[in-house]
Amino acid sequence: MYAQNNKRLAMPAFEKQITKRLWAKSCLVAAVALASGLGSFAAAADTTVKLLRVEISDAEKQYYDNIVAEYEANNPGVDVVFEYIANEAYKTRLPTLLQSDQRPDIFYSWGGEGLRDQVEAGFVRDITAEMQDGWQDIYPASAVSAFTLNDQVYGAPLYATVVGLWVNTALTEQAGVELESLNTWDGLKEAVTALRANDITPMVVGGKDGWPIHFYWGSLATRMAGGEGIDAAKQGESSGFEEDAFVRAGELLQSLVALDPFQSGFMATTYERASAMFGDGEAAMHLMGDWDYIPSKERSATGEGVPDENLEFVPFPSVEGGAGNDNSFGGMNGFAVTKDASDEAVDFLKFLLNEENQREAARLGIFVTVAHGSEEELQTPYAKKVASILSESSHHQVFLDQALGTSVGATINDISGDLALGVITPEDAAAQVEEAWQFR
Amino acid sequence: MTTTTRPAVHKRGTTDRIKKNLVSGKLAAVLLLLPPALIVFSLFVILPLVDAAYYSGFSWNGYGAPSDFVGMQNYARLLDHSVFHTALWNTAKLIIVSIVIQMPIALGLALLVYKKTPTNTLFRLVFFLPYILAEVAAGLIWSFVFDGDYGITASIFQSLGQESVYVLSDSQWAFPAIMTVIVWKYFGFHMMIYIAALQGVPKDLIEAAKLEGAKTRQIALFIQIPMIKHALVVSGFFAIIGSLQIFDIIIPMTNGGPSNSTHTIVTYLYTFGLSRLNIGFGSAAAVVLFVLAIGIAFFYQRATGKENKA
Repeated sequence: MYAQNNKRLAMPAFEKQITKRLWAKSCLVAAVALASGLGSFAAAADTTVKLLRVEISDAEKQYYDNIVAEYEANNPGVDVVFEYIANEAYKTRLPTLLQSDQRPDIFYSWGGEGLRDQVEAGFVRDITAEMQDGWQDIYPASAVSAFTLNDQVYGAPLYATVVGLWVNTALTEQAGVELESLNTWDGLKEAVTALRANDITPMVVGGKDGWPIHFYWGSLATRMAGGEGIDAAKQGESSGFEEDAFVRAGELLQSLVALDPFQSGFMATTYERASAMFGDGEAAMHLMGDWDYIPSKERSATGEGVPDENLEFVPFPSVEGGAGNDNSFGGMNGFAVTKDASDEAVDFLKFLLNEENQREAARLGIFVTVAHGSEEELQTPYAKKVASILSESSHHQVFLDQALGTSVGATINDISGDLALGVITPEDAAAQVEEAWQFR
Repeated sequence: MTTTTRPAVHKRGTTDRIKKNLVSGKLAAVLLLLPPALIVFSLFVILPLVDAAYYSGFSWNGYGAPSDFVGMQNYARLLDHSVFHTALWNTAKLIIVSIVIQMPIALGLALLVYKKTPTNTLFRLVFFLPYILAEVAAGLIWSFVFDGDYGITASIFQSLGQESVYVLSDSQWAFPAIMTVIVWKYFGFHMMIYIAALQGVPKDLIEAAKLEGAKTRQIALFIQIPMIKHALVVSGFFAIIGSLQIFDIIIPMTNGGPSNSTHTIVTYLYTFGLSRLNIGFGSAAAVVLFVLAIGIAFFYQRATGKENKA
């Protein structure tokens, strides 16, 4: 399917190249030749907007196809093309792509330091003017701030994700654990002990992939330091990531690990496997993004997963003395526009992310949208819960493995696993993060 | 040497030779056939090497042109990094295992199946199969074998009434497991080299030895193995260079984990250089790997070359 897409793309891209070259030379004769050579097709689409997105579900692709069809119908001169690359490949190929002639006009972005690298290298178009012209008013400020660097806006939000505890209440009830007790860290630890005593695996985690286990350290660091504390550490204030709050995050994680909360061999489990295990009812909890709702069902042996009446999504527990107990932790994903991209590209992006399309995505249940009012359309109780967590949150902290850039992020994934295995101390962990931040 | 004493004669000798080559068409052949190979080699081998050496002096995330020159800092960080030490030691372990365990197994099996009979052909095929399998596929298959819940190791442990061991998530066992897979994957290749060589050992020598009353073991030790020494040298060389390059079995099995305990130099380079977009740092690791490979190759050739003369 991917190959077919590519073939479909080849023609318009080629055409655009020729058109550009001819314009530069302002060679009228050749232009006439081109027009006659390519016929009406050339006239129908003289601007191509190429959009690059991480590989997604067919439902979401269909959603984009509909938007593109609508946009093209209203803008006959523009041809919009979506391209998809698998997640890991996307991250490693993007730097090369951005520097080549094949660079897309619009690309998927997680904001944070990754976007900063791209902005500083001069590959991203500043869309502050367009955003301030009424566009940004349709999103909450926290969504826009994820794409704001040095007071300039370099991207627009598509959807938000929140990390929380997926809970199988059939299992927690069996162990006599009240859902409310999961609101605090100590309550969570008591729940883990109670579940273990009842021979129920308290939690599954996909330790092999790194990022799922970073959700623990990342959530705890956000609880302890808060968004402001994390920003201060980035600025290098006092001892940066070696501050007490980050050491404390490691200590808290180790205090949980001491209770043996995870499935056996959790460092050899991938996210997919953990998701399936939760779906199969093999563990009571799974600390994961809200997006795992459908995948966990699909991956389970029955295909049904944990039935909705036994499934709850609760925010990460609050921690005593934490500065960020009213923060949320998750993703803020959107799109950025590359330098030299046409105005049509910005115009299309504005259309793609407008309120109506956000409402449609919410209605279809594709993701938890960010535009004001679109939450009304959210269908499942889980999506509504996520929207309420987001609206109550004073700061939405983007995943630390993305917000702090690729290299520091990978280090955080490593130390989270090491802490869970008990092979390093919380102080070492914080020091490694600070060192990676210094050397980034 | 001759240039200092008789420059004129030497010069004439050279021009004569050129003339002769011109006439015979040798020079034309060189001028015609050398450039393509030379250009391809420089473009795809020399140039990237020089590039890597250049990048290794920069702190560079791959965006734009490298500009933040840091001198030898990348090398200093690399040599100071405990994970890099683990990676070096793991690579050394792979070399040792390849030579001490893998090659003797391959040799033993080669001695058993080198004769051309239908059963031997079947066995040869079976032993060679792991080598045919793609590395990534092999890595994936073994990651299922070592799975602590559904894997073969798990059912062995369970049938013995033991609690199952999660081999690949245990930093004690993960690397031995990888070494086992690597021995399994490549012994067939070495065996094939030995079989080819064993078939070239003159039969009359073996028959003569048999007439003298030599046992099979003695024939192997005193005739066959000494006669295939050149093959042993070659396969040893492949084993070492191959160990330095191990990458695609480890990624699906452990991805370098747990706690970065199963990296080799190449997976280290990939994880800490490429996927973290520290291109400068990764280049430094690549340069170190290159120097190691060249150094080992050079010393190996010298050492084995001398032995052959003696």
